[in-house]
Amino acid sequence: MDLLEYQGKQLFAAHGIAVPSGEVATTVEEAVAAAERIGYPCAIKAQVLIGGRGKAGGIKIAADRAEAEQHAGAILGMDIRGPRGEGPFRVERVWVEGGSDIAAEYYASVILDRGEKKLLAMVSARGGMDIEAVAAEDPGALVKEHIDPTRPFTVAAARPIVAAAGLAEDVRDEAAAVLVKLAAVAQAEDATLIEVNPLIVTADRQVVALDAKVTIDGNALYRHEELAEIDAESIDDPQEAMARERGLTYVKLDGNVGILANGAGLCMSTLDVVAQAGGAPANFLDAGGGSKAEAIVDALTVIASDAKVTAILFNIFGGITRCDEIAKGIVEASSQLELGVPLVVRLDGTNSEEGLAILAGAGLANLHQETTMLGAAQKVVELAGGNS
Amino acid sequence: MAIVVDKDTKLVVSGLTGREGSFHGLRNRSYGTYLAAGVTPGKGGQDVEGVPVFDSIREAVEGEGANTSMIFVPARFAAPAIDEAIESGVHTVIAITEGIPVLDMLKTYWKARAAGVRLIGPNCPGVLSPGKANVGIIPAQFFDPGKIGVVSKSGTLTYQIGNELKQAGEGNSSIVGIGGDPIIGSDFIDILELFEADPETELIVMVGEIGGDAEERAAEFIATEVSKPVVAYIAGFTAPPGRQMGHAGAIISGSSGTAQAKKEALEAKGVRVGESPTETARIAVEVLRG
Repeated sequence: MDLLEYQGKQLFAAHGIAVPSGEVATTVEEAVAAAERIGYPCAIKAQVLIGGRGKAGGIKIAADRAEAEQHAGAILGMDIRGPRGEGPFRVERVWVEGGSDIAAEYYASVILDRGEKKLLAMVSARGGMDIEAVAAEDPGALVKEHIDPTRPFTVAAARPIVAAAGLAEDVRDEAAAVLVKLAAVAQAEDATLIEVNPLIVTADRQVVALDAKVTIDGNALYRHEELAEIDAESIDDPQEAMARERGLTYVKLDGNVGILANGAGLCMSTLDVVAQAGGAPANFLDAGGGSKAEAIVDALTVIASDAKVTAILFNIFGGITRCDEIAKGIVEASSQLELGVPLVVRLDGTNSEEGLAILAGAGLANLHQETTMLGAAQKVVELAGGNS
Repeated sequence: MAIVVDKDTKLVVSGLTGREGSFHGLRNRSYGTYLAAGVTPGKGGQDVEGVPVFDSIREAVEGEGANTSMIFVPARFAAPAIDEAIESGVHTVIAITEGIPVLDMLKTYWKARAAGVRLIGPNCPGVLSPGKANVGIIPAQFFDPGKIGVVSKSGTLTYQIGNELKQAGEGNSSIVGIGGDPIIGSDFIDILELFEADPETELIVMVGEIGGDAEERAAEFIATEVSKPVVAYIAGFTAPPGRQMGHAGAIISGSSGTAQAKKEALEAKGVRVGESPTETARIAVEVLRG
């Protein structure tokens, strides 16, 4: 789960990392009132889960009330796309914070390095820009050091990292302390990524986190009540919200071919095979292991509620999952829902013969059986027609 | 021979008195796996269909000679259960549980390394050596004994490919589900090394997916350390960046961890990568038969 900038900064503040004070606002009136309290100049920053907000016009400095009103009006409701075309992300909240007097812009992060199975600390004196581009152009400008998982990470261990990155000598102790605190945030809050870009030095030589990008491990939310609430509120797609309520693993995509498979790997593979057959998947939905009929009814309800879907593919390879249970679920769902779109069903594995017999016996209109995964993908693409 | 589990496996199941643990533990026993004991704190002295239950894994090791532990306990209690297994004296721990916090696994990973214990998973379907032993939830009916070793991040995708191999008349030495979490006890490299040394294995099928760089690392390892042919499949070409696709580890971060990059890394080292599970099985059979 990714946190918005202001949520990340609130987390930083709780762990003793200096951040500019600010307020969150969802309307122009709230934003102007916040700016009046904070004073000018102040920054009005779009709160969306994507980088490159500044370039997209999502961050503005207001010198007075009129500018605060103008910028908040322009930013709230705008659609921001990421540097790789991600999104669009609609801006529903802005963060209004006091202007900072910036003497230097650095970069600091602590991320989980999956390959090495360690936390990785990274520091650069060239912050404030795309760090991947900085590292590509000059690899030496980004200093990377793994944190020893068997020892406490101390300022003494962090100091050589900030020194190697060439941060100004007078702020090295403070920057090292910030790096230690970032690692502490990762441990305490189950964060797998914490990035501060820029980490600034102010004119009076304070080290302050001017941005915050934080990813929290979804598996650990059970022990972080406040973060779990943020997670629950963060879903704005109607299908994803429905899926969450029903305990289904669902990801919305752009296409018109609804997809249900059992197992994450088989489901990803099904999306790929549908795309290879010329189709556009509408979603990822993993029905999981041992699915019962009710779960299938729930899954079909969610998939079919997406108005873009013009055909649905069931790709089931039953291991623990029994194909007769899946077939019962399809028959049950067909009687409960006005599906209105064709279903292509491929059942293989445990109890597939019983499952196929149940489907045949139900005599459902608009149901097409296929025996192979590739055949099923071709059939559903043919039935779905073009993706508009 | 086979790898990880075989006729010498003496299994102890943590969570054997639970619904899932008893279902799969007894299923493993009926396949022929030697199920030595179960463990549930506070239920020591009971039995599950004749299998003795102990309060701790160490007691099962001392009392019944258990050498392999399977973890079926719920996610929030699983990391301590794995830690207990690591310290109990077994040589192998297979963790099926999905949903363990990743920073807990980070600590547990290094404990397993320090103790010299082989950890498979978590969030994996287990290990099957056809005709010898099955530890986990892999449906054994889709796999015959044979010459192909399979290592995979995914369960059902492996069943799909295994079944296609079976229909083509080929079988498997072992099938190892390494799991779909960001931090897992054994990576592709660890299992490739075992298959390379296993005389029964003549070809290796490797099934990867988006996220992390384990496939890229495997490509480097294959180039210098694996003499046997390897055929690969990668899932997730259509996955959007930044979205978790079911498995906790299946996520493209920024521009890293894409299926395309993994495919290219493997192909650059001479590994053939199938377009679909079906094509992957076909290539494996073709390469095996020369």
